Amino acid sequence: MRRLSAGAWRARGGSALGRGLLGIYLSALVLLPVSAVLAKSTTGGASAFWREISNPEAVAAIKLTLVVSAIVVVTNAVFGTLIAWVLVRDEFPGKRIVNALIDLPFALPTIVAGVVLLALYGKGSPMGINVAFTRASIALALLFVTLPFVVRSVQPVLHELDVSMEEAAASLGAGPATILRRIVLPSLTPAIISGVALSFARAVGEFGSLVLITGNLPFKTEVGSVYVFGQIESDNLPGAAAVSIVLLLAALAVLAALSVLSRWRSGHVV
Amino acid sequence: MSSSASGAVASARAPLVPRSRAPSRAADERARRARRLGLRAIALGYLALLLVAPVAMIFYRTFEHGLAPVWHAVSAANAQHAFWLSLEVVAIAVPLNTVFGIGIALLLERGRFRGRALLGMLIDLPFAISPVVVGLALVLVYGKTGWFGNWLAANGIAVIFSVPGMVLATAVVSLPFVARETIPVLHELGTDSEQAAATLGASRWQTFMRITLPGIRWGVVYGVVLTTARALGEFGAVSIVSGRIEGQTQTLPLYVQDRFENFDITGAYAAAVVLALLALATLLAMNLLTRHTRPGEAVT
Repeated sequence: MRRLSAGAWRARGGSALGRGLLGIYLSALVLLPVSAVLAKSTTGGASAFWREISNPEAVAAIKLTLVVSAIVVVTNAVFGTLIAWVLVRDEFPGKRIVNALIDLPFALPTIVAGVVLLALYGKGSPMGINVAFTRASIALALLFVTLPFVVRSVQPVLHELDVSMEEAAASLGAGPATILRRIVLPSLTPAIISGVALSFARAVGEFGSLVLITGNLPFKTEVGSVYVFGQIESDNLPGAAAVSIVLLLAALAVLAALSVLSRWRSGHVV
Repeated sequence: MSSSASGAVASARAPLVPRSRAPSRAADERARRARRLGLRAIALGYLALLLVAPVAMIFYRTFEHGLAPVWHAVSAANAQHAFWLSLEVVAIAVPLNTVFGIGIALLLERGRFRGRALLGMLIDLPFAISPVVVGLALVLVYGKTGWFGNWLAANGIAVIFSVPGMVLATAVVSLPFVARETIPVLHELGTDSEQAAATLGASRWQTFMRITLPGIRWGVVYGVVLTTARALGEFGAVSIVSGRIEGQTQTLPLYVQDRFENFDITGAYAAAVVLALLALATLLAMNLLTRHTRPGEAVT
């Protein structure tokens, strides 16, 4: 009896040494660095923080980041759901390959994503489209890197969704639009929202895919992460830290809203 | 819309006039087929324009003048150095994150302690933080003017602008993967076998090596694949902490940017293609592993 309880404890907890090492690792990698950013952003007090984030260039960069990210996630919600639908409900040759390719933006280094998009949609584009150094290029790059989120969160839910509900609705005279609005979308909404929130968090912080394609023009194509990079390069660490905190809060706020929403919808903690 | 409405009317009347159903059902079927083809065309068209065409384009541009210029570009001294440095950083950061990732997963799934939810948030934080902010954060702790700057300098330890800093940055951005992939598998596995092993007198280490680890291995491997892909491609955080010194602290993604900005398109494309091939290999590995880890999600 004594052995069992000891074993159960062991299986659950792990050793004190292991916990200690884990604590040190997480402190060195996440806890201390994030605290340092927070500390740096407020070294000069609230007024200094406010001065840094109300600098016109910073305001423009933050605003641009939030607006383009919002446009991108709405596009993701529509096309991501549509792609998930086609991958689950449709049958066509090569579907397995298409399904595998969805994860490409996660696997491809972000700088390569930028180079790749420039090769087709930049200067000398064989399609005659040149988005380089425009705001459209930000949206394009963000659409590329955030593509998998909504698809991958909607896919399993759609997979589990019972087709007989839709068939029943159809037999009762519901048209496809009604079935979509009343039967399918309500079941998919939590998954879509979760994909959208993750996309948004990623879009707000994205850097690698944007450096080459946007040209980083202040007040025009300079997003928040690029602004932070510029401030670090010009040794304005408090300014970089202040805008970092704003970007981080925007991402965390959306993720927190997601967790509250999913708790509210499903009635338990996810 | 009209065809389905008439179909609905027809099916409502079905018991009375069964024959009238046939033509409207055929029309229904045609409309459904048209919708399905339309949706398929939109989805595949979107993916083709956003994903496939750009990636195919870079492969075409890289190899359009044959293999010789590509070979020349990837065998340049700085390219070679960048490639091996990337591997070196990955070879340190990925095993670290694997061991600690499994530890975090065990603690989060099996541990019952206060602050468990907080720990969960902490390890997910790298997903919410911009890589640039990760770089800044590390500079503020380990840089010359950072919290540990004086102590590190006094002891002659270089972190920022050298390999240890790049390993740190890479480890931070790829931290959550192993834990996040292992937790659900650990949950699925349950504790029955572990408790049985413990009652039979197995030590903690024996139980872990013989029961727990074999049970979670595919989850761990899947996490390791994701960690490796992310680590190999990390740009923003490494860009800041490395100082981007050519031939010294330049990883392969940094080399791509450097070549591109110096108008050496051949060099940039060649290095980008090497990274893209590694990404495609990752996709392949992920797909082979999906069969082991999530049979329910596999698309047939």
